[in-house]
Amino acid sequence: MVSIHQHTEEEILEVLSEICDPEIPVVSIQEMGILRDVILQDHSCQVIITPTYTGCPAMGIIEEDIKSAIKNIGIANVEVTTTYNPAWTTDWMSDETKEKLRKFGIAAPLHSGCMNWAQPQSLQVHCPKCNSIHTQLISQFGSTACKALYKCKDCEEPFDYFKCH
Amino acid sequence: MMNKQEAIFKYLVRLGDCALIHGHRLSEWCSRGPILEEDLALTNMALDNIGRAQAFLKYAAEVQGNGLSEDDLAYKRDERAFYNNLLTELPIGDFAFTIAKQLLLSVFENIQMQALCKSADATIAGIAAKSHKEVRYHLTHARDWTMRLGKGTLESNTRLQQAFNQLWMYTGELFEMYEEDAILNKQGIAIDLNELKTPYYNTITSILNDSNIKMPVADYMQTGSRKGIHTEYLGHILSEMQYLQRAYPDAKW
Repeated sequence: MVSIHQHTEEEILEVLSEICDPEIPVVSIQEMGILRDVILQDHSCQVIITPTYTGCPAMGIIEEDIKSAIKNIGIANVEVTTTYNPAWTTDWMSDETKEKLRKFGIAAPLHSGCMNWAQPQSLQVHCPKCNSIHTQLISQFGSTACKALYKCKDCEEPFDYFKCH
Repeated sequence: MMNKQEAIFKYLVRLGDCALIHGHRLSEWCSRGPILEEDLALTNMALDNIGRAQAFLKYAAEVQGNGLSEDDLAYKRDERAFYNNLLTELPIGDFAFTIAKQLLLSVFENIQMQALCKSADATIAGIAAKSHKEVRYHLTHARDWTMRLGKGTLESNTRLQQAFNQLWMYTGELFEMYEEDAILNKQGIAIDLNELKTPYYNTITSILNDSNIKMPVADYMQTGSRKGIHTEYLGHILSEMQYLQRAYPDAKW
């Protein structure tokens, strides 16, 4: 058994940053802003995460992935804590992360400041496939809680838009 | 007289139960939506509600501190210990009935969660901030469908109007305050529901006006859930929802 003192919080964050979002495997839980903090205590490691949506079914899998990744580097006592404060926002995603989403076929969230939530039809969403701005909202609720369903009027492909949150 | 801990527990259970029963009802639309997109929308909103229920009930269990979990609270309590608003437990009815119910609930939840963001209790404020972002989407969904059905055909307008007429008597209870509110309001943990009435009625009136729906009237308002007294519908929900844990106690996935 490796002593917990051989690890630093930065090292553990680095290990955890390799865990992917189970729903969107091209981005990590750190890039998504789900992974908030790591706190090392004398004999245990506490990992703080925040859900994207309260009912996100991926949270259970993410918790298991975190526990096994930390156990793999020799720390047996891991506690995963969920916090709701501050509330997760899509504004935490970097431009690089948004580009990864686009390449994966998901239109990236606009900045929440650009969002008139009462008039979702007014959003200017680019098609992730052909970059056209001639897109149309089909439904605010898509394949997962965090996505809306759009279609492109130019290339005629349907696509997911990661909702502003 | 309840103490502060009991008051917070009951307040959290109320918030959790509203979301749990509301979410359970929405989940009944799974595979029964009028179109695929609506099937997804209604079940997505069900999921948001179940998530919110889990968050509030988990915190309630922590406050209670006797080793029970959010699942114990959801699956092992009897009907009289549920404090959800009666409006949430009413059957889903037809699509117009569900949309009317969604509008009446989401307009309320939108201002309720916004107000709770300022709660002196950081955990309640955090869950409320998260929920408020989700509920805004529920509200625009209900508002858009209210307009579409209200301004649609004679048939859709009639059904929606009937739904609002039938549901209106359950809206008074949303603003009822009880022992726990009195204790927690003083400490800035709970919110004064009286303050939500004007924005609530203004928003509902404006949306119904824009949708060719007449503002409903009720001779009296239904009441009971603050004391755990429910319509005949809650027992049936619980018998379905709690069946597995009652038949096979502590069964796990």
